[in-house]
Amino acid sequence: MALEWQVFCQDTIERTVVAGCFGSGGADGTQTYLDWLLQAWGQTVMVAALSLVVALVVGSVIGTIRTLPDSPVAARLGNIWVEFFRNIPLLVQIFLWYHVVPVLIPVFADTPKLLLVVMGLGLFTSARIAEQVRAGIQALPRGQRYAGMAMGFTTPQYYRYVLLPMAFRIIVPPLTSETMNIFKNSSVAFAVSVTELTFFAQQAGEETSRGIEVYLAVTVLYVISAFAINRVMAFIEKRVRVPGFVASTGGGH
Amino acid sequence: MKKKYLLAFALSALAASGAFAQLNDTLAKAKAAGKVVMGTRESSAPLAYTLGNNQFTGYHVELCQRILKSVLPGVAVEYVAVTSANRIPLVQNGTVDIECGSTTNNAARQKDVAFALTTYVTEVRTAVKASSNIKSVADLNNKNVATTTGTTSVALLRKNKRAQNIKFNEVYGKDHADSFLLLESGRADAFVMDDNILAGLIAGSKNPKDFKIVGETLNVEPIAIMVRKEDAKFKKAVDDYIRGAIKAGEIDLLYKKWFLQPIPPKNTSVNLPMGQVLQGLLKTPSDAPAEEFNK
Repeated sequence: MALEWQVFCQDTIERTVVAGCFGSGGADGTQTYLDWLLQAWGQTVMVAALSLVVALVVGSVIGTIRTLPDSPVAARLGNIWVEFFRNIPLLVQIFLWYHVVPVLIPVFADTPKLLLVVMGLGLFTSARIAEQVRAGIQALPRGQRYAGMAMGFTTPQYYRYVLLPMAFRIIVPPLTSETMNIFKNSSVAFAVSVTELTFFAQQAGEETSRGIEVYLAVTVLYVISAFAINRVMAFIEKRVRVPGFVASTGGGH
Repeated sequence: MKKKYLLAFALSALAASGAFAQLNDTLAKAKAAGKVVMGTRESSAPLAYTLGNNQFTGYHVELCQRILKSVLPGVAVEYVAVTSANRIPLVQNGTVDIECGSTTNNAARQKDVAFALTTYVTEVRTAVKASSNIKSVADLNNKNVATTTGTTSVALLRKNKRAQNIKFNEVYGKDHADSFLLLESGRADAFVMDDNILAGLIAGSKNPKDFKIVGETLNVEPIAIMVRKEDAKFKKAVDDYIRGAIKAGEIDLLYKKWFLQPIPPKNTSVNLPMGQVLQGLLKTPSDAPAEEFNK
């Protein structure tokens, strides 16, 4: 079966090959499948990036409070959060956010669907990041916490200046995997009508009946994106390492 | 040692070429294997759907059962559930010999597969809530319009959007049930899809009276049984049977059974009388692609 890459140069309405492969764009302009593919990629990047922000912020907070020494209630709440969000399948969570939450909580009825997906994906991943942050903090020798206390730091202070800087350095490798995961997991967004790469693959594959070319192109974009994240994180890992500390022995991975 | 490999390679190549020769002759292949594989759909009621336990039924399934019984008497029929995405590759590579579901016959697909004479015609229309004041496509301005990912309706909506210069938000369900849920829950104001699917979903909903099908026909799509492209002999056998069935009134009978009378599993009726286009096609049977109908 010969591959026909020309399919990406076709106009999405007239189905004729457009010179230069790009449509005129704009609200009333023409659009080729290549335009659409790149637009879908943009949606994927947007969903993944926004979810990552939610996941990092919420995950760090939850992960940190789970290790607080004198607040068993907060730690318990953190544990409940993690178990709740990581024990429900991601697709089910997305459906809950999209179909159930707007009915139960009227405030969410007018929220853009993209944000609902970001909440679903972000909170799901936040549970996993919280677990990593907790592990990172608990991996530090107990003496570091005591040293911070001995310096006269308050609890927020010794977390901010002593524990968290080291804990985050330790967990960069699992965070890299998690960041790549969030990008790939964003493909579930197609199930609730976000026009991202997987949606494009299904729809364009059906319209053009050139599913193999379409899926190959989409796969390449996923690989490129995930690998780019890998490189960025490897760079960060290299830049932030503390010479002589255990977490700095491996360079990249 | 090397010779042995060479021999094995030559033998497997010979076997492969034999399989190739048979791939283009479905009748011979089915007789040799003692079975013929029917590809069908799980939720395209009333054309083809499952009753559970790998049991399939529906208008096209029953028609195909009759065809296969006539052209391949005594050969066992094996059922394989296919999806919108995999049905064409599966027919091409020989996994499925005859696909009896809800496949639109269009020019793009005719490059890859062949279609039997058109046995059903679907008209793309709009389902809305009974209380809605949407009457035509022009009323969709600034509304949310649902349709299903991976269907021709998505491209159709795009086309209408530009041609009529109206603005609406598309929402995509991942399958028909999901799209209908969007309409039911109010996330979408209208659901644009093939009329038989809309009628089937409405008939199966909690309150069928809450919904209605409105508006002009956006597109006419001939739905046909799909077979392999290079196998003219098999296509002719299938076409001949269909021609005979049209003359004998068998198609009319099947249509009444599946579209106007109560059907399993819920024993409700789809209640969709035969449209003008299909009536015309039964007088002059044809396997023309959708493009011929929407000039």
